[in-house]
Amino acid sequence: MDQNINIKVKVWRQAGPKEQGHFETYELQNIFQGASFLEMIDILNEKLISEHKDPIAFDHDCREGICGMCSLYVNGHPHGPDQEITTCQLHMRKFHDGETITIEPWRSRAFPVIKDLMVDRSAYDKIMQAGGFVSVNTGGVPDANAIAIPKPVADEAMDAASCIGCGACAAACKNGSAMLFVSAKVSQLALLPQGKIEAARRAKAMVAKMDELGFGNCTNTGACAAECPKSVSLANIARLNREFICAKFKD
Amino acid sequence: MALQPQNGIITPEMAKIPQGPLEKKWTNYKDHQKLVNPANKRKLDIIVVGTGLAGASAAASLAEMGFNVLNFCIQDSPRRAHSIAAQGGINAAKNYQNDGDSIYRLYYDTIKGGDYRAREANVYRLAEVSNSIIDQCVAQGVPFAREYGGLLDNRSFGGAQVSRTFYAKGQTGQQLLLGAYSALSRQIGKGKVKMYTRYEMLDLVMIKDENGEDRARGIIARNLVTGRIERFFAHAVVIGTGGYGNTFFLSTNAMASNGSAAMQMYRHGAFFANPCYAQIHPTCIPKHGDFQSKLTLMSESLRNDGRIWVPKKLEDAKKLQAGTLKGRDIPEEDRDYYLERRYPAFGNLVPRDVASRAAKERCDKGFGVNNTGLAVFLDFSDAIKRLGKDVVAQKYGNLFQMYEKIVDENPYENPMMIFPAIHYTMGGIWVDYELQTSVKGLFCIGEANFSDHGANRLGASALMQGLADGYFVLPYTIQNYLADQISVPRMSTDLPEFAAAEKAVQDKIQKLMSIQGKRSVDSIHKELGLIMWDFVGMGRTAEGLKTAIKKIDEIKKEFWSNVFIPGKADSLNNELEKALRLADFIEIGRLMAVDALHREESCGGHFREEYQTPDGEALRQDDKFSYVGCWKYTGEDKEPELIKEPLDYEFTERKTRNYKA
Repeated sequence: MDQNINIKVKVWRQAGPKEQGHFETYELQNIFQGASFLEMIDILNEKLISEHKDPIAFDHDCREGICGMCSLYVNGHPHGPDQEITTCQLHMRKFHDGETITIEPWRSRAFPVIKDLMVDRSAYDKIMQAGGFVSVNTGGVPDANAIAIPKPVADEAMDAASCIGCGACAAACKNGSAMLFVSAKVSQLALLPQGKIEAARRAKAMVAKMDELGFGNCTNTGACAAECPKSVSLANIARLNREFICAKFKD
Repeated sequence: MALQPQNGIITPEMAKIPQGPLEKKWTNYKDHQKLVNPANKRKLDIIVVGTGLAGASAAASLAEMGFNVLNFCIQDSPRRAHSIAAQGGINAAKNYQNDGDSIYRLYYDTIKGGDYRAREANVYRLAEVSNSIIDQCVAQGVPFAREYGGLLDNRSFGGAQVSRTFYAKGQTGQQLLLGAYSALSRQIGKGKVKMYTRYEMLDLVMIKDENGEDRARGIIARNLVTGRIERFFAHAVVIGTGGYGNTFFLSTNAMASNGSAAMQMYRHGAFFANPCYAQIHPTCIPKHGDFQSKLTLMSESLRNDGRIWVPKKLEDAKKLQAGTLKGRDIPEEDRDYYLERRYPAFGNLVPRDVASRAAKERCDKGFGVNNTGLAVFLDFSDAIKRLGKDVVAQKYGNLFQMYEKIVDENPYENPMMIFPAIHYTMGGIWVDYELQTSVKGLFCIGEANFSDHGANRLGASALMQGLADGYFVLPYTIQNYLADQISVPRMSTDLPEFAAAEKAVQDKIQKLMSIQGKRSVDSIHKELGLIMWDFVGMGRTAEGLKTAIKKIDEIKKEFWSNVFIPGKADSLNNELEKALRLADFIEIGRLMAVDALHREESCGGHFREEYQTPDGEALRQDDKFSYVGCWKYTGEDKEPELIKEPLDYEFTERKTRNYKA
């Protein structure tokens, strides 16, 4: 059963991108374990506001695990100590009375801090803009059932497509690699006949952009998939490598 | 001059409904509308605010056609707009299941589902373009669910007797939005769309043309990272900023979803239509505490296999409320499957408004099943027996996982507990057939406008409308406006109109920052939400609505005299963002109550307790209220003026909605 607990939270505070950051510790009493982790931060922020202090800036929006906006490093793990969830789906029942919880922003060179726990993930958008699409305009497309796609292929594409672009993979990676993110999109589209046509071009363009934006190399440690809130599989990285090598051979 | 309402009535000419039979109207329109040639498209700029299904699909499509698009969103990426959270699916009249579906049937279900309070011509067009949406999404690589034969799968949703809903697991909104986002990303990469993330629109800029008529020519927006107020020009402005459900504080909307762009349009003369039509979704996870920040939806698709019930005996309900009894321990004969009992023909798949009211009715009578008495069961034990746990897990696994993470209870073993919550707003900014508001050059798309859903929206129709507007309607109709604008040069944002608009925004922000009172923004917002839920929620009365208006006026005073916003205006400041949104939510809440008070009938999501049949069903008053209730702004703290667009049903016979037989 959920109880009320007393906790300490150690939060990274940083006034701006170029400011020096530091940890600040706050004490909270009677936090209900049925509350979500972000509701705990709401409570803390209400307290800070009532003391006329600056509330903690953090990204969040849908609060149901799908928009990919929330992005907290909790006790050393992206999205915290639970599996297959985003930070907004983490609940206080995962913590115990008297615990000190450490909260940091995403750690990655490619995701600079904007303020406190908020980071700039526009690099992911730029990778998508380089090739994460099928080049069709609106209108003039064939009937949706014109091309049959085997169910297992469609399901596999769906699994890859479930990536929410939160950045936990790059944040978890000791090299700061974005390979899981890139490979999920490359896989989804390469698996489907609609996207197959541009597969080689897409893989090259997205990888080139990823390298340009300062993401590190993949050394197959698997931390990305272990921390991915949507369980995007490492098999996607293997597929990306295959697509990429094939594309390079063709050149 | 643009057409104006005559004696408070919007004529079909002003609404620009094309002539001809229902099924020919859209074709006739397209055959005769004005177009802009490719060379001229390059000279025209369009602002699109919002990157949800409507905004992203419109921005991408307009850019593909050759227009220059400036696209704005408040999140850090256009991929995060709240359309992403739609779970269940998208409707289309493909009739792939050979179960008797057709464009007419989708039209009819939608107009009936909306309780005959939508425009016939718009709804027919929506059904007509629905099939193209599915084709488009598949071409983009949206991984819809498929059958073993490789063709697309469908499922059923509320308010329909056919299976016409296309889906991608429980993440259909996500996949459709990512499809639109990928098309948008392609155009950003090509330089045809200039994307502004973490920007919030704070006002519309109007400039008079050579005839002295106001036209929308740009926006004022705040860079949410730097706090800088910036000016943007365009030949036309398109708003796709979603609904205003967060007026209630607790809703299924995202935290930043807001109605401020709608209020900015309203204050510049765009009519606000049917603000009282808000949808209360029947299957949400019940509220668990005062600190709660939002409510989580459980997809309507669960009602395909889940059965909704409460105990037959009050003493069982009391034990459930005290926590001494579990739902699974109540024997079959002591369960009241009240939807199947009351509505045999549609059963658990009645439309949302009907299902929500039925849940409230049972809970009001004391049959609620959790500690607050405000919950009913959604039970999968029959489905698990019939199909096996694996099949159920395959269909709904991610939803079950979501439920278990929040409630800490396994829904495979004990029935889910659910309760209605605010989810969607059918009301919104009035638009004509071209999706143009009553302000020239200002267009409104998706949930932000009022069209298509009448007084109640059917499940899986929001995605359909958002993408219909953005891919297949606006890109045509906006040309009919822009064809006359090809000789209008790009204007400088140094013009006095831009300066004045920016100054007004700066003054408002300064006023808010200088209050330095004692209350946080959220504390006031929660108070507003409670008033809305208690008096402007599922059951409304004249007396309750009058109380609501009085209380909202008090909240407005409290807000403008006692709110506290920390930090500075010229830097990142979440509390300031929230305060600016709350200022508008207070106005919207009042407008909802005023509209609900004037509409002396029950229809769709609007239920006035004074107007119901003896067995508790909604009672429409077609002779008095068969119109779109449009509210015109008349000034700060002045009562708005009511303008009516009559809904003359020319092609469809209006009946009492019946889901019983």
